[in-house]
Amino acid sequence: MKHLLDTASLDRDDIDELMELTDAFVEVSQRPIPKVPTLRGRTVALLFYEDSTRTRLSFETAAKRLSADTMTFGVSGSSVTKGESLRDTALTIEAMGVDAVVVRHRSSGAPHRVASWIDASVINGGDGWHDHPTQGLLDCYTLRARLGSLTGRRIAIVGDVKHSRVARADVWAFAALGAEVVLVAPPTLLPPSVEGWPVTVAHHLDDVLGSVDVVALLRMQRERTTEALIPSLREYTARYGLTVARARRLGENAVIMHPGPMNRGVEIAPEVADDPRAVIVDQVRNGVALRMAVLFRLLGAEARSAPAVVDLPAEPAEAVRA
Amino acid sequence: MAERERRISPPYGGVFVPRTRVLDRDDVARAIWRMAHEIVERNHGLDGVIVVGLQTGGCWIADRVADALESIEQVRPEVGVLDVAFYRDDIGLRPVLPETVTDIPDDIDGRQVVLVDDVLFTGRTIRAALGALHDYGRPRSVQLAVMVDRGHRELPIRPDYVGKNLPTRRDEMVDVHVDGVDLGEMVR
Repeated sequence: MKHLLDTASLDRDDIDELMELTDAFVEVSQRPIPKVPTLRGRTVALLFYEDSTRTRLSFETAAKRLSADTMTFGVSGSSVTKGESLRDTALTIEAMGVDAVVVRHRSSGAPHRVASWIDASVINGGDGWHDHPTQGLLDCYTLRARLGSLTGRRIAIVGDVKHSRVARADVWAFAALGAEVVLVAPPTLLPPSVEGWPVTVAHHLDDVLGSVDVVALLRMQRERTTEALIPSLREYTARYGLTVARARRLGENAVIMHPGPMNRGVEIAPEVADDPRAVIVDQVRNGVALRMAVLFRLLGAEARSAPAVVDLPAEPAEAVRA
Repeated sequence: MAERERRISPPYGGVFVPRTRVLDRDDVARAIWRMAHEIVERNHGLDGVIVVGLQTGGCWIADRVADALESIEQVRPEVGVLDVAFYRDDIGLRPVLPETVTDIPDDIDGRQVVLVDDVLFTGRTIRAALGALHDYGRPRSVQLAVMVDRGHRELPIRPDYVGKNLPTRRDEMVDVHVDGVDLGEMVR
């Protein structure tokens, strides 16, 4: 695996391997000194064309806990304000000698373009409405920690699927692990077509509550009301919000997820966000370990299943020194 | 532990073909029994002793050593598991993925840690293990027990307890398992 660009191209084995690796990094994160020298001397550049708190901090923490150096590139205060193109910026960063670039961009597909221009590993840190693979993977990890296997589990993804890269990441990652995904949203907040997606669609949250193991909520952006996609936030909450009454109808072992940042009182009731069935804080905590696993996987280790990169020498140690 | 990477990744290393049986099942049991006595002798009992097996080959030996220590002293020392994948100096050059989650019991500050591995070869795994251990605390001493010392050291590291000193060629391979120790070659 050289890049991590989208979730749809990961198969079950890839995801399982990353999950096992994440277990090891969760242990590292719990140590008195939560740092290992694994990626000493490697540099990870964070190329963020869009605002982000948790993803950027999470990647930065992950890289530092692996002893890699980080360079953070935010758009304001950079040459982008002088009109530098994405390609030129990427080439400039590469010329400084980086091993991996995390790209967050408002345009779908930007990380793919960057990957075609430079030799370093590229990690998609969220692109437009397209994908956010590390979020999808950490959601898988969080569910796996709670539920064991995802096979045969029924997962509802509720809210603004149309504009959500998290929803797209989750759909493919959950489906790869054998879960059954149902999208719950008003027609205006669904993509024009879900043809080819491994999902079913429902328009009423109340219809699916009794049958799901997991409710994954999406953030409701206020500007969607001005775009007339929903009549009002209050009406959205009335029909799609996870209220206390709705949460009561979920099973005792159900899991409630939210990628953050939350609008308490809109898509999720404040009491529900603090419910013991909610794993919202776990999602953030696991995010660091999962991103360590991704960085380690791309920069540190060759795959067990990869073609023979190690031509086993008669004197292995000497070869390693060279 | 050089053995380990080859064993866990069959496509890279080919197939191990044993040529000579160096120790049989009983010899292995006796070696473990003797090393356990030496550990007790060196540490004047088991006060503060923690036995840590190196993933993966050292783990079962660490358990067996702890069993032996328990029957000698009537107390079972704490047993831990250490995976050094994140501490190796050859990351990216070899297919090294952690096999299990490291599990170091309790606080190791001021304790005597006995590291246990199957084969001591270049010493690089042990160097990595010392680095890893350092991140958990500051033991009063670290001792090393290995089933086989096959020579070819590249670092100033020596074992404290040895099951068997076994002169080898570099291209040979040593396989340690419950039923004995075999010397042979990797054949592709």
